[in-house]
Amino acid sequence: MRRAASSRARSWTSRPPRVVGTVGRWLVLLLLTLSATALGQSAAVAATEQCAPTGESACINGTIRTAAGEPAVGVALTIEGEGQELAATTGPDGRWSASVTSAGTYSVTLDEGTLPAGETLRDPANNPREVTVELGASRPALFPLGAPAEQAPDAGDDDGAEGPGGGDQPDDAAGEPGEEPAGVGTSSSGGVTMTRFVQQLVSGLIFGLLLALASVGLSLIYGTTGLSNFAHGEQVTLGGILAYMGVQFWGLPLVVAGTLAVVLAAASGWFQDAAIWQPLRRRNVGLVQAMIVTIGLSMALQYVFQFFFGAGPLRVVTSTPTSVSFGPVLVTRQTVASVIIALVTLAAVSYFLLRTRTGRATRAVSDNAALAAASGISVNRIIRVVWTLGAGLAGLGGVLLGLYLGAARWNSGGALLLLMFAAVTLGGLGAAFGALAGSIVIGLVVELSSLWIPSDMRYGAALVILILVLLFRPQGILGRATRVG
Amino acid sequence: MDWTNLLVNVAGEIIAPTTAAYALAAIGLNIHFGLTGLLNMGQAGFLLLGAYGFAIATIAGWPLWAAVLAAILAAVVFALILGIPTLKLRGDYLAIVTIAAAEIVRIVGRSTTLTDLTGASSGLRGNSYKHTFQDASPFPDGTWELGPFEYAINASNSWWIRIVGWGVVALACLLIWLLMRSPWGRVLKGIREDEDAVRSLGKNVYAYKMQSLVLGGVIGAVAGIIYVLPRAVQPDAMGRSMTFFIWTILLLGGAATVFGPILGSMLFWAALMLIKLVMRGTVPETVMRSEQIEQFGWIIVGITLMLLVIFRPQGILGDKKELAINAH
Repeated sequence: MRRAASSRARSWTSRPPRVVGTVGRWLVLLLLTLSATALGQSAAVAATEQCAPTGESACINGTIRTAAGEPAVGVALTIEGEGQELAATTGPDGRWSASVTSAGTYSVTLDEGTLPAGETLRDPANNPREVTVELGASRPALFPLGAPAEQAPDAGDDDGAEGPGGGDQPDDAAGEPGEEPAGVGTSSSGGVTMTRFVQQLVSGLIFGLLLALASVGLSLIYGTTGLSNFAHGEQVTLGGILAYMGVQFWGLPLVVAGTLAVVLAAASGWFQDAAIWQPLRRRNVGLVQAMIVTIGLSMALQYVFQFFFGAGPLRVVTSTPTSVSFGPVLVTRQTVASVIIALVTLAAVSYFLLRTRTGRATRAVSDNAALAAASGISVNRIIRVVWTLGAGLAGLGGVLLGLYLGAARWNSGGALLLLMFAAVTLGGLGAAFGALAGSIVIGLVVELSSLWIPSDMRYGAALVILILVLLFRPQGILGRATRVG
Repeated sequence: MDWTNLLVNVAGEIIAPTTAAYALAAIGLNIHFGLTGLLNMGQAGFLLLGAYGFAIATIAGWPLWAAVLAAILAAVVFALILGIPTLKLRGDYLAIVTIAAAEIVRIVGRSTTLTDLTGASSGLRGNSYKHTFQDASPFPDGTWELGPFEYAINASNSWWIRIVGWGVVALACLLIWLLMRSPWGRVLKGIREDEDAVRSLGKNVYAYKMQSLVLGGVIGAVAGIIYVLPRAVQPDAMGRSMTFFIWTILLLGGAATVFGPILGSMLFWAALMLIKLVMRGTVPETVMRSEQIEQFGWIIVGITLMLLVIFRPQGILGDKKELAINAH
């Protein structure tokens, strides 16, 4: 491990301190710019997916909206067929889903008695309706409500109709099975207006800032241990889920629940290093092996989350947020608060890294672990601090992203993992400030690219950037040219 | 619990087409990782491209051989595009880039802009592309029974796909066995052990790595065809977790061995089925719902992968001296 770390340090992390100074100034500039524009737009509705089809199961799902477009809550449905009978009820967002374990044709019946008062099916002849599913897939069964006369032709694809703002949320576009049956977001069709551009710009900055909370931890861990932590996304999910637990199960106020979630997430980082990574370092398990261990851990954790919380979205706050407008853009108060929290936290982390003794020791370990150890720094203690800090930051990112995107989900962190890697690589692997800058760039790319390409491809745009960076500037935008091969 | 039925189900899983497809995908990954030391974390991308290539070409009316060729061509092009920027990178960079590339394939495939071609996130239905393969069968239609196993002869999840699938796996094994003994295979192993040493002997390491990536990717694409023939092309079913299952299978059986991927795949799917059936039979519905049993199975897979890599990185058949995961 030590040998690997030192050779790694030789190959890419050694950087003159001058660069850190430049980066620091750059960072301050960036933070100033951000605070000047610290606003954004509504996170609106959370998206999709309550059931995740696997090779052995399939999903039938849909969203029921009233004629006015509001989610219809508490509507009961029965799914029958292939020897199975299941029941489903729509949630607070009007969504329902059912998981079946064999392929075939199912008949879905909507109990009209449970519809909200005054609502009727637009097409009563279509109840019950037949749905044919294949394993590993999900199929929508749609029940449009409203007057029996023909309405707008697109009102039928209710799962896709997320309202005009639907394409703007950085939801689970890289998500796992079973969402967006059809018709989601070709937001490029509307043409690029100045207002939309500003809105996307602001959303991009906000998303990038929240993503930075998670990426900085990933980068710090990579910097000090050389480990590409594929389970870092699950730390983000953990933060979101803990906040959900705090608010929805234990009935705590949001601020208390959020703080508790961050503390527990940080503790999980401490514990993880103590239970897994430090013993592995002691066993001299190599970096690539350890990386595959993180992949296994990520898979196990994702399914643990799904095991206990199901595949549906976990809404941290169910009330409708109040919005404030800054010129042409509309943001919720929650988002404004989130942005301020993120800025303060990132500033505190910068202070920690640049000015405190432990922070300097952390950067020394990143630079050259062997040399740091030789100069009396306890490398293992620093790594423990970094794991705790990194997991805590990811947890905070998870809480804030959960609020911003509307809900946490078993794979919400996993879906963001590659964006984090893109951000970290863009900034130069292991450079904490680079990760911050990289996250902002990735946030902007994700949100702005949806002005020109279909919004369900925008996570792809960020990944293309990742590959291009590695092709032309593998040391990252802030790194110094060194050999990476 | 009905033990005979349970055993039949578990044994049926051993010869299932899915098991063959995963074994083949793991053989492809074995060329990348076991022989050359490339950390390809995007093998599912090759499978998905192969599946799309085959299905879309068939739907466009191409004959069977041309559709298979289209799948292979898609994999070759993808391997070249992927390899040019990445093969000069260090191991973990390669891992991140390959996983990102596979995600790009999936994101583009499930995008609504390509609905006409790929069917977006709902994918392509099996019936739209399996007829050329079924028509190629020399056997009469109907069902056939071998001991406790009864399947249709030609349709869908059939004996025909089993015969072809395992036939291709056997051919791939033969190929690996021959390659490992050839001078070409020895250069690959040399790259795995010490790239610089091979370079100093005047070999073009980059070209060898590229050939390895292309060959393993093509085998992956063929695995993709076998995987989708009994079902549908579903982009979300062929994402990151598929890659991770393939890795688990390869590391379980033993990387850099001829039969490791096959043993790994059979053990993986049979064990998973056994766990699920036993739990369905013994754990009451109130304690664990059926989809939770499913998830429990995947949790075990994740933990198995961790334990394998830590305690027995060479797998069941591998030789610890032969394979050092950390060569790169």
